[in-house]
Amino acid sequence: MDDHARIKDIWLRPLLTWLALCALLAATCTLAYVPLGDGNFPVSLGIAAIKAALVGSIFMRLFENNALNRLAAVAGPVWVFVMFVLMGADYFTR
Amino acid sequence: MSDSFIHPPFDALARQHQAVSFGMWLFLVSEVLLFAGLFAGYGVYRGIFPAGFLAAGRQTDIVYGTVNTAILMTSSFTIAVAGRAARAELGRMAWWLLVATFTLGVLFLVLKGLEYREDIAKHLVPGPDFALSVPGAQIFFSYYWIMTGVHAVHVTCGLIAVLRLVVASRNNLAWLAGSASEDATALYWHLVDIIWIVLYPLLYLVGRSHG
Repeated sequence: MDDHARIKDIWLRPLLTWLALCALLAATCTLAYVPLGDGNFPVSLGIAAIKAALVGSIFMRLFENNALNRLAAVAGPVWVFVMFVLMGADYFTR
Repeated sequence: MSDSFIHPPFDALARQHQAVSFGMWLFLVSEVLLFAGLFAGYGVYRGIFPAGFLAAGRQTDIVYGTVNTAILMTSSFTIAVAGRAARAELGRMAWWLLVATFTLGVLFLVLKGLEYREDIAKHLVPGPDFALSVPGAQIFFSYYWIMTGVHAVHVTCGLIAVLRLVVASRNNLAWLAGSASEDATALYWHLVDIIWIVLYPLLYLVGRSHG
């Protein structure tokens, strides 16, 4: 692979990811000013989750890593989910 | 070249890299749980004081928040390309991308400092002189100061780690590709970016559509 092809290979995926992140940032900032009632909060959190997944999967190369790293990475969100479900079972059902 | 980067107890560079990245992922998961505790507290109080959180959320500076989000995302991009360049033996390019990452991180902290100064001038520090009287607004700003403060500490730690890479590899660019330090530092920096990506809607996008 010549230098030009190597440089393209290095830059292309991260650059596309960065452009997607910028587009999502513009979208979430704009949507925050659109009256969606109770929908504003879940929409902004949903976009944040997509952005976080992009950083995790492309920038942190989660899919290029082996299964051990993926298992460790997935453990975080899983336990956070369990914590929020247990907490919500109390506070949001009273 | 690779043997010089191997440290005990490892006898192979690939295994050493695997151990470092696995250990870093475990550490990052513990960091996620630390911030998740803060997010949980925020969620509970937001449920109890919805009007206070909407009123207080409108007082944060969305320009600083949005620009800083773009800066951190860009720094995540530069350090991601730096790692790929180092592994492709384009050490000089990797080194300059790390310098760019460090510069963007410093810029983030400078803007955060300017924002804090404006927040203090607008009496947005919880206490007797607090600007808003609606119940729950002070609690929102308690979370604002603690979450952004803890995050700023993480940015500072990340900057020290990135600066170490810049200094250590200045005259030894091969070290960037051979050592596992670049990979570990980049993983940490990306997590700092992800935490901010979640903080942004919690602190800066709240209440914007409610006039």
